[in-house]
Amino acid sequence: MPWAFILRKLCRALFTLTAIVTFVFVILRVTGDPASQILGADATQEALEAFREKWGLNDPIWQQYLRYVAGLLRGEFGISLVEGNDALEVVLDRLPKTMQLMSVSAIVTLATGIPIGIYAALHRGKLRDRMIMAVGVAAFSTPSFVIGILLILLMSVMLRILPTAGSDTWKHFILPVVTMSTIDAAVFARLTRSAMLEVLTRPYMRTALAKGLPWHVAVRRHALPNAAIPLATIIGLFVGFLIAGGVVTENVFAWPGIGRLLVSSVQSRDSSVVQVIVLMIAASMVTVNLLVDVAYGWLDPRIRQLRAET
Amino acid sequence: MAVEATSQPLPAARSRRRVPLLILLCMAIVVLLALVALTAHWIAPYDYSVIDLRARLAPPAWHAKGTMAHLLGTDELGRDMLSRLIQSIRTSLTVALLGSIMSAVLGTFLGFLSAHFRGWLDELVMAAVDIQAALPFMILALAVVAFFGDNIVLFVGLMGIYGWERYARLTRAMTLSALSNGYAVAVHTLGARPVRIYAIHILPNIANTLIVTMTLNFPQIVLLETSLSFLGVGIQPPMTSLGNMVGFGRDYLLTAWWIAAFPAAIIFLGTLAISLLGDWIRDVLDPTLK
Repeated sequence: MPWAFILRKLCRALFTLTAIVTFVFVILRVTGDPASQILGADATQEALEAFREKWGLNDPIWQQYLRYVAGLLRGEFGISLVEGNDALEVVLDRLPKTMQLMSVSAIVTLATGIPIGIYAALHRGKLRDRMIMAVGVAAFSTPSFVIGILLILLMSVMLRILPTAGSDTWKHFILPVVTMSTIDAAVFARLTRSAMLEVLTRPYMRTALAKGLPWHVAVRRHALPNAAIPLATIIGLFVGFLIAGGVVTENVFAWPGIGRLLVSSVQSRDSSVVQVIVLMIAASMVTVNLLVDVAYGWLDPRIRQLRAET
Repeated sequence: MAVEATSQPLPAARSRRRVPLLILLCMAIVVLLALVALTAHWIAPYDYSVIDLRARLAPPAWHAKGTMAHLLGTDELGRDMLSRLIQSIRTSLTVALLGSIMSAVLGTFLGFLSAHFRGWLDELVMAAVDIQAALPFMILALAVVAFFGDNIVLFVGLMGIYGWERYARLTRAMTLSALSNGYAVAVHTLGARPVRIYAIHILPNIANTLIVTMTLNFPQIVLLETSLSFLGVGIQPPMTSLGNMVGFGRDYLLTAWWIAAFPAAIIFLGTLAISLLGDWIRDVLDPTLK
């Protein structure tokens, strides 16, 4: 039954999330006494004690933990120490800018990486293929901030045609998007290439060619759909790449999104904001991985079959 | 297609006999960087932290306004770029080396534990592997720095966690298959204790794969360290690393491009050389992994 499989994956995802929430709770408790953090170092002993009593910090740890989880479920993440208002709101304010950058980058990545990978696989071993793979290795082994800095040097400092910071016009998108997509597209090109090479040597391709299908039709109808399946499994990894790459890229180009907020909050020790962002990223990663796992079986009839049997 | 498939092992066999030119070049770069890191204190023309405000923002020597006193120019505080680069290479390589060794040891150890005890311990380690894979490591590192503050020991420790799950998973899987192999059963029957079986008999047999993982992990740690230092949450001043040099140089791109450009170029060349070398080592040591 596929439902049993989905249920098991769901439990696993919930467990992972709970573990991360617990981890954050433990770290928040280990790293300091909330009473003295909020009241300041010169608070009197009585004031500290009254504060602890009021917020239940003297209760057993498991009660505090349950209260913490209940608070998270109600959307209470605490107050941002820097901005002075609700931490969740501070983060949600910045979310649209990050989503814009990430979605444009994701589209550019897929629209360049996958065709390049297919092209390289179809011309395997030729100079074109080796050139593409060499550029791919180079892009993959360069940190995104170096690509960003080199792009700024080239396009903004030497040629003076693109802005170096901000997010107001479409021109502001070009450099950050190129910075983010280059590395991810290189990864996709490599993976697409190896997935295609794997598929091209399969017996069904030989059969398709033997029964007289032209090469391009066989590739389109038999090779591409089968090569797409392993690519679907790395979508979770890709989202992780986008998030981590976004943090760096936003900081290179002064992009007013979550990545920049995260780094500035880390530097100012604004723990409520950091907590919101970390939990948000963890929740979206877990959800994406869950969806990929479920969709995987739906995409590939063979796996559906396999699961139904076990 | 069939012809191509049968001719596949040939290139690998050939590369074992003759090292490609590109790989020789990569080796030269890596050896050069390692030498620079080892001899940093002797070859640096200046102390990397000495401030000379009269000479601030001097361009490189080949520039019209450059001086021979500072071959690669100076930064916003008049510190010698060449000396800072040399010191930064030392810092970045040391952190990455410590990090790779720590995560290899940690991951391998947990993999052995997992495979030996099975049961709940195995479940626990594998759950930790899953959780580690669920959160981008950079986000985890930022969170840890936010809560615990930035100090160098903690930071190196963080680098030492990066990638542990890969070693753990590999070691566990390979140990499980090795345990059912003749040699492990034989030494066990001879009365060897578990530690001996793992350390003396199984480890050498799986070392190739672990070394390959390590060579692929090393440039990743360099990327992580430089990225975090660039963001200002890794190596902190007065210490200097390639990443934080680029980070401070970011503010002077329009007026003094050399502050960011030189460390960025070294990161690019260094990680590229190490990655290509790692790929090559993988092909030589373990052609099946391709």
